Amino acid sequence: MKENWVNTLSRVLYIDLARKDYWVEDREDLFGEWLGGIGVATKLYGEEVASNADPLGPENSIIFSVGPLTAIYPMASKTIAVFKSPLNNNFSESHAGGRSASAMRFAGYGAIIIRYASERPVYLIIEPDKVRFRDAGALWGVRSAETVGRILREVTSGAGLRSILRIGGAGERLVRYASVMVETFRHFGRMGLGAVFGSKKLKAIVIIAGKNFKIPDLKEYREVRRELYELTRGPGTKKYHDLGTAENVIPLNVLGALPTRNFSGGRFEGAEEISGEKLAETMLARRVACSACPVACIHLAAIREEYEEEKFLYKTEFISYDYEPIYALGTNLGINDRFGLLKMLKAVEDWGLDAISTGVVLSWATEAFECGLINKDETLVSLRWGDWRAYIEAIKNIVLQPNEFYKTLALGVEEAAKKYGGREFALSFNKVEPAGYLTGPLYFISLAVGSRHSHLDAGAYSLDQKIFSRGEVLPKPEEAARMIAEEEAWRQVLTSLALCLFARSIYTPEKVTKALNALGYGFTPEELKKLGWKIYLEKQRIKRSEGFRPSEIRLPERIFETPTPLGKISKEYFQQALSAFDEVMGKWA
Amino acid sequence: MVKRVAILDANRCVGCQICMLICSERLGYAGLTKSAIWVVTPGGVERGFTVIVCRACKDPPCARVCPEEALKIRPGGGVLLDPRKCIGCGHCVAACDIGAIRLDPETGKPIVCVYCGYCTQFCPHHVIALEEVL
Repeated sequence: MKENWVNTLSRVLYIDLARKDYWVEDREDLFGEWLGGIGVATKLYGEEVASNADPLGPENSIIFSVGPLTAIYPMASKTIAVFKSPLNNNFSESHAGGRSASAMRFAGYGAIIIRYASERPVYLIIEPDKVRFRDAGALWGVRSAETVGRILREVTSGAGLRSILRIGGAGERLVRYASVMVETFRHFGRMGLGAVFGSKKLKAIVIIAGKNFKIPDLKEYREVRRELYELTRGPGTKKYHDLGTAENVIPLNVLGALPTRNFSGGRFEGAEEISGEKLAETMLARRVACSACPVACIHLAAIREEYEEEKFLYKTEFISYDYEPIYALGTNLGINDRFGLLKMLKAVEDWGLDAISTGVVLSWATEAFECGLINKDETLVSLRWGDWRAYIEAIKNIVLQPNEFYKTLALGVEEAAKKYGGREFALSFNKVEPAGYLTGPLYFISLAVGSRHSHLDAGAYSLDQKIFSRGEVLPKPEEAARMIAEEEAWRQVLTSLALCLFARSIYTPEKVTKALNALGYGFTPEELKKLGWKIYLEKQRIKRSEGFRPSEIRLPERIFETPTPLGKISKEYFQQALSAFDEVMGKWA
Repeated sequence: MVKRVAILDANRCVGCQICMLICSERLGYAGLTKSAIWVVTPGGVERGFTVIVCRACKDPPCARVCPEEALKIRPGGGVLLDPRKCIGCGHCVAACDIGAIRLDPETGKPIVCVYCGYCTQFCPHHVIALEEVL
């Protein structure tokens, strides 16, 4: 029976953008052994991308994958993208929801590989058994990723069955932290997938579902599904559906772990104003879900605005908000004006940028401007904490790159600080700007060794907080490295399935085993945990072959100066943990 | 009295498509295109969602245009499909102005709600419910 379900998933669609060709291969070998999602994508990346490949050259491939639970169990809603990141030249991953996963699964593909580059702008329509290459000449140069989606909704079929992935101006102009927008308001945000699309002259991908797969044992499946469905509606996901991730703003501020003004502090005096509570009370307009998810964590705010030059002429726009963009573009830039913050978010969304990287690049620029490393000749606008109008101009400039300074800013904070100084306050870990938790050392260590650079890589902010709330002393550095790797290894299983990590407390090893076995797999929880390690080590092996050595990365001095709830982070401790990680992975991977 | 799937409040819909997935699963399938209930957006998710399902008309045009009497009028409202008689002409699809009938691309025959209410058991946001046809 196992073979049956694997075979519904194991078709891999190969797309060659240079020759405008495509074919399907059955990769049962991979889906049988590595489940799907990140497991299979990691193996495919190993086959596809050479260790010396240029991330923005035709030799970089994009791999999308889904998993055996996709769209048939609640919160199995993610598509995994794996590619070489133009920020750090390493294997990297990004996960997005929307309708991408269900569309791909029911278009009949477990993975889609996009190879080489097109000579001229192109977009793809992927259907069951068919790929169409469309001229994107009319769409290239349309700067707003939202507008691109609006046009494609009109000119393609499959309403209700499709997913639309596309880039805005930032991806076209190769901003290294450009995102890929999915539907509206979901993204492959981090690690620069938008720039990789841009380098391939790939403006958009429309994926349309149309296939159905017979469920092998309906009775058993229904039982497990019902149980998981009830759990996803319980306390385990309450936080996500009520206020959404924005709920974190106040507790992190109270804890002193809310990164403020370029990580110079952990408390923001304006936190209340941009909190999940305040946003819900004053601006929340609608909640939206990814496919197969009952939680609906996507919170959309309505921004109602009168045109300055014409009284009584109004517009109302919608924008999604989450904790990370509130930190990156809000507290991190001293913004306490809700309206201004949402306008900044809207700009980031339209241009197709990653909110986290954009916020951190701008916070470095603001500090560099403040201490005179750069001046208005470079920045063109005065960058000051809290001045959201100036930041919206700067966001535009990052995309349009009118001068040398903004050209450099578009490469990320690492390159900007290398050229203009201020490296001690240029926040990046392995050249990627951090997600927003100032909880303690374990969190930052996890960013240094992660591949997704999301707080969810290993959830180490939570390890820090547990140590803090129990009043424990820090584990030994080697133990810290082990704890992070252990947690991340299990998450390889969840993201191979491919679940949303907001469901991690529900999908325990026992529940995952039940869910898989109801489809005819024959796993034990221990075997799954082992598989998690195997995937994790495979990833580490690939990263090491690309030259990644965690103990050699630059660490920004700022994080050793700003106190966290666990006190000031010791640089020695940090480096010992990274060396320990390095040593173990050198041996095992 | 007979029942139908009523849209209580489409504004509550979050677009999770669980009703569509569940309706396909009713027939033993994982998929979307065998569903008799559809969730679409009238212009992007920011505009909210439209939920489309047979409203069990008292005088259903789909049944009247069926050349083979495959769609029978259900006493009290709605229709019942006899797939053995259906020739897949698609007239019923064209006759339904609310768009509640689609042809299954795999079988070529119409998919129309059977008023079982299975989907309503799983709607997480109380958008739909099984109600008596008034």
